[in-house]
Amino acid sequence: LPSAVLLKDMKLMDVKLGQLGSWLAMRDFTPGGIMGAIRRGHSRYYNKYINVRKGGLGGLSMVLAGYIVLSYMWSYSHIKHDRRRKYH
Amino acid sequence: PSAPAALRALPPPVAVGVLHTTRPLHTTQQSLAPVPPLPEKGGEVRHGLIPEEFFQFLYPKTGVTGPYMLGTGLLLYLLSKEIYVVNHETAAAACILTVIVYAIKKFGPEVAAFADKLNEEKVATAVAMKDEAIQTLQTAIEEEKKEQWRAEGRSYLFDAKRNNVAMLLETNYRERLLMVYSEVKKRLDYQVAMQTLKRQKEQDHMIQWVEKNVVQSITPQQQKESIAKCIVDLKALSKGAHAAV
Repeated sequence: LPSAVLLKDMKLMDVKLGQLGSWLAMRDFTPGGIMGAIRRGHSRYYNKYINVRKGGLGGLSMVLAGYIVLSYMWSYSHIKHDRRRKYH
Repeated sequence: PSAPAALRALPPPVAVGVLHTTRPLHTTQQSLAPVPPLPEKGGEVRHGLIPEEFFQFLYPKTGVTGPYMLGTGLLLYLLSKEIYVVNHETAAAACILTVIVYAIKKFGPEVAAFADKLNEEKVATAVAMKDEAIQTLQTAIEEEKKEQWRAEGRSYLFDAKRNNVAMLLETNYRERLLMVYSEVKKRLDYQVAMQTLKRQKEQDHMIQWVEKNVVQSITPQQQKESIAKCIVDLKALSKGAHAAV
C-alpha cells in the first residue's frame, strides 16, 4: 500500500534522483517562501547545536568554517592569480 | 482537560472573511505547557567541524574509514588541481589554527565549567522563584481552607447574636414595665397624698374651730372660778407635799 505523499511535501532525502528536477521546481520561491525556508533552516540548526544545556564548540565552529569556505569561493577569482602552475 | 471537550461540543464556527478555515486549527491534543526541557547536549560534531550524521550516513557503504578516505581524496584533488591555492594566506592560516587549537585543548574545560556555573546560577534563581511561588500558593490554599472551616462556625455566631437581641428585647420590656409601675405608683401616691392632706386640713380646721369656740365660750366669770379652784387645789397639794416631806 504505497503512501500517497505529494511530491512537493516530500523531504529532500526521500526524493529520488530522477525526481530532483521536478521537486526543485515545485518549491516555494516567493519571498515569503524563501524567508520561511531561511527561518526553518536557522531554527533547525539553532535548536540542534546552540539551544542546549551544555553546548559544545562544534555549533559555533561549523558556522565559522562555512563562512571561511564561502568567502574563499567569493574571492577565488582574485586568488587564482597566485597559482604556481598554469596547467593542471 | 475538560475545557477542550466542552469547546468541541459547540457547533463549528462559520467561515468569516479574514480567517481561512481550510487549515484545521488545534486538532491535536498537543499543548506547549509545561515547556519541554532543553536537551542536555547538542548534536555530536566530530573534530569540531563535521556533524556525526555524515559519518553515520556513510557507514553502511564504506565502514569507519570511509569519510576519512573521502576527506583525504578531496583534499588531494583540491590541492592538485589548485582549486585551493597555497599562498601566504595558507601559512598565516596554519599558524593561527595551530594557536587556536592549542588554546582550545588547554583552556576548553575550564571555560566550559565557568559557563556551566553561570548557567547553574541562572537556573537556580529561576527554580527558586518557581518554588517560592508554589510555596506562596500552597500557603494561600491552606489559608483559604482555614477560612472555609471558620465560615462553618457561622451558626454559633448567629445563635450568639440572636441571644443578644433577645436579651435586649427583654431588658427593654422590663424597663418599660418598671416605668409603667412607677408612673402608676406616682399617680396613686398623689391621690393618697391629696386625701391625707385634705383630711389633715379638715382636722386642723376642726380643731382650730373647736378651740376657738371653747376659748370664746370661756366667759370671764368661768375664768375667775377656774382660777380660784386652781389656787385651792394647789394649796391642798402643797399641804399634802409638806405632809409627805
